[in-house]
Amino acid sequence: MSFGQVLLIAVLALPALGAVAVAATPRDRAARLVGTVVAALTLLAAVSLVLGGRNWVAWSAGAPSVRPWHQLDLPWVPGLDLRFHLGVDGISWPLVVLTALLTLLCCAYTLWRVPTGGSGRALVALLLVVEVGILGTFLALDLVLFFLFFEVVLLPMYAIIAGWGGADRRRAARKFALYTLLGSVLLLVGVYVVVAAAGTADVVALTGGGGLSRGTQLAAFTLLALAFAVKSPLWPLHSWLPDAHTQAPTVGSVVLAGVLLKMGTYGLIRVAVGVAPEGARWAAPVLGVLAVAAILIGSLVCLAQDEVKRLIAYSSVGHMGFVLLGVATLTTTGIQAALIGNVAHGVITGLLFFLAGAVKDRTGTGSLSELSGLRETAPRLAGLLAFAAVASLGLPGLAGFWGEAFAVIAAIQVGGPLWTTLGVLAALGGALTAAYFLRLLRRVTHGRPSSAVGRVGPGLAGAELTAWAPLVLLALAIGLAPALVLGVAEAPVDALVGVVFP
Amino acid sequence: MNVVQSVDSVALLPAYLAAGTAVLVLVTDLLLARPRATVVVAALGALGTAVGAALVGAGGERRTFCVGPDCSWIFGGRAALVGAVVALLTLGVLALSVPALRAGRSPVGEYCFLLACSMTGGVVLGAAGDLITLIVALETLTLPLYVLVGLRRGSLASAEAAVTFFVVSVVATTLTLLGAALLYAVTGGLHLDRLGTLLAERPELRDLPLTTAAVALLVLGLAFKVAAVPFHAWAPATYDGAPLPVAAYLSTASKLGGVVALLAVVQRALPADQTGPVLALLAVLTMTVGNLVALRQRRTVRLLAWSSVAQAGYILAPLGALALAAGRTGEARDAAYAAAVAYTVFFVVLELAAFAGVTALRPAGADGGTLDDLRGAARRHPWRGAALGLALVGLAGLPPGLAGLFAKVTVVRALLDGGAAWLALVVAVNAVIGLAYYLRVTASLWAPATTPAPASALSGGAVAVPLVAVVAVVLAVATVAAVVLGVAPQLVLDLAGR
Repeated sequence: MSFGQVLLIAVLALPALGAVAVAATPRDRAARLVGTVVAALTLLAAVSLVLGGRNWVAWSAGAPSVRPWHQLDLPWVPGLDLRFHLGVDGISWPLVVLTALLTLLCCAYTLWRVPTGGSGRALVALLLVVEVGILGTFLALDLVLFFLFFEVVLLPMYAIIAGWGGADRRRAARKFALYTLLGSVLLLVGVYVVVAAAGTADVVALTGGGGLSRGTQLAAFTLLALAFAVKSPLWPLHSWLPDAHTQAPTVGSVVLAGVLLKMGTYGLIRVAVGVAPEGARWAAPVLGVLAVAAILIGSLVCLAQDEVKRLIAYSSVGHMGFVLLGVATLTTTGIQAALIGNVAHGVITGLLFFLAGAVKDRTGTGSLSELSGLRETAPRLAGLLAFAAVASLGLPGLAGFWGEAFAVIAAIQVGGPLWTTLGVLAALGGALTAAYFLRLLRRVTHGRPSSAVGRVGPGLAGAELTAWAPLVLLALAIGLAPALVLGVAEAPVDALVGVVFP
Repeated sequence: MNVVQSVDSVALLPAYLAAGTAVLVLVTDLLLARPRATVVVAALGALGTAVGAALVGAGGERRTFCVGPDCSWIFGGRAALVGAVVALLTLGVLALSVPALRAGRSPVGEYCFLLACSMTGGVVLGAAGDLITLIVALETLTLPLYVLVGLRRGSLASAEAAVTFFVVSVVATTLTLLGAALLYAVTGGLHLDRLGTLLAERPELRDLPLTTAAVALLVLGLAFKVAAVPFHAWAPATYDGAPLPVAAYLSTASKLGGVVALLAVVQRALPADQTGPVLALLAVLTMTVGNLVALRQRRTVRLLAWSSVAQAGYILAPLGALALAAGRTGEARDAAYAAAVAYTVFFVVLELAAFAGVTALRPAGADGGTLDDLRGAARRHPWRGAALGLALVGLAGLPPGLAGLFAKVTVVRALLDGGAAWLALVVAVNAVIGLAYYLRVTASLWAPATTPAPASALSGGAVAVPLVAVVAVVLAVATVAAVVLGVAPQLVLDLAGR
């Protein structure tokens, strides 16, 4: 077994065994510590995946269009065409690292503060299980295995929301579970539509259509795109998101917004577009229109929101709209914009949810009408919130800019009346994004301190700074050097676009 | 024609063992009159039957009671699987009954004897090669259950349940017999394989209205036994009134029997183009109605009963693929039958685990109670609660209940191989509805108790329930089996495909 294969196993086995170890550790604080150490080791393994075996050669005709840096292919259930086939390449690696990083930060955060509702030990164990599911989804190169890992996330995340969430957590958690299961079962049917027609579930062999008929591709793409649209979420299937994000505990919101949504967009790029390119070409205009609708509607709803976490949650709808618009253009620029938009949204929205959680914990309220003048009493917290909000609205030089700008550019480049209109409307949505984030800042940080804000001390806990600093730095780093993400993704994206438009 | 038949006793060994168990239990109860000895004899007999079925099945197919090429007793791979599973389920149910038997709610000797009789029916059913053997075996499986359901002393609900079950079941048997008789009138044959060949070779027979009526009666009569909608109304009342272990037996072994009988006639005897549409319709109705009604249940066993109605729909679903021409090619048909068998095996393991979990969390001899009685149970008893939770999640078809997930995957795969994407979508949407109530029960296991402790102590809910060792063993074995099947589902898929 090569070094890379050991790493692939380690990335999944570490959090899985870690979750068991955490659950078996009798003392609560020790258990949380074990969980944090395991999450750190997982991050180490995830980052190391970039070492060795990388193939920088540009795509050329004849070669398989998915060329993982490392892969591991073991038989599991031949009767269901299920193989334990893992692999990592430039499309999945940034998301793998992001997942490992955010889980580590969340585990470290629970060392300091456990949300009310249950033991910290159980929360950390569940976080690690969620991590296994998400990482497995990003690493799977077998459609059935992909579906399996997609499902693994569902119940632990339900338990996190239902166990440690806010006042209305049960309803929100149930809504989350039922919506996402609807997505998963559509995925299951879509996967077997492909497998029944092609006789294999190997993503490497299937990417590019694998000789599927047009009818099969259209059916498969419709099912798969619907499945991923629920997860991403794409308007009008997004209504589970605001409730789940608002009710979830801080760490839950961070993982939900930071990486869980990316399972949908990643699946759309790798599975739906890759396996059914003809279906993707056919459905691209619909997807583009819905994406732009999501941007505009998300932004308009945000303008009317009166709750911090809910506002940030709805902003995710808008941001994922940009990502989906990028994918819908089916161009190299667009898909690269989608990838960097994914990572940037994970970093920035993760940070925003951490900050919103901190504000809510300190003031006891998330209502905009009861928050004002935060910069008077807690200037550092207000400054970080301003930084995150500005990064999220897409200021050039920060991470949020590239995804939004290039999604618009890609739409304009495709040309034609439809895509030009979509590009213009998306740009308008970008302006609306700026409007609601500035409104958020004006309401929360400026003005005279409200009674709730007046009690807040200026200090930040060491654990908070530790959890936030990596995200702040990453938001800056990706903003200044987008090549961090785009460099590794360039070759595989070229290859993917190459099979969509042969 | 030779009047003296040679009988292959090795092929009949599992049936001998099962019937011998019943007789031995009766004799032990008469002579020793020691409840413990009776239960041990029954348990050993069930274990022996399972081993016997597995050993005979491992040696390849054996036939006996043959007239020419047609045999009434065909003991092959599937018969061995059914025999072993029924015997093991009987063993599990017997162990679950120990607390109730100790509490003196039911007479031990009769209880064990009836259970062993029912097991005999199940073992014979898998090997039945003609309609008469099939129906008699099915009745042998069901008849003792009428008594078992009503065997709880001083319980009106139990007696009501028994009467409901009896009346409905007798009507179903009558329909099945009438179907068999009409089929005999048309074809002059009763052997399943012979019927299959005759109807395939002579299309003019298939077009007779009498044949259609016979096929419909036969399928519908058997649909009663699996509690398929619209012939399901007996199931919830019967399950809820029956003692908990008997309800477990009804929803596992008895349901397995119904599925095997239905599968035998559909696969071997009846024309697929006639049974396919009926089965597709039954499957859609069964899963949808079962799931929707289960959403509203407040009593644990009723919820499990309705959910098992829905599960019967998933079992029938792959057979619904026969409705389309694409589903009637040889390969797609084999995949559909194998999927139905595989789903049934996954299901009975999870269902037994669920009933074992409920039994372990309820006081000895109690019925299933309401969902509120289970509220917070996993906080008081983490292991038992986790095992029950795993079983319920498995029935919903989600990780970590991988066995249930693979069961659903098998069904969806078989449907898409048969080109029945619409039915696969119905299954998929039903899985979502199903999750809603499974999730409600599972989540309430971990929910903090809302009622103050003294009030719920009266209803027997929130007090710590002592765990009976044998129940714990059943729960542990069923849970381990579910986990193993979740990691290695190929075991079941291989057995089901034989």
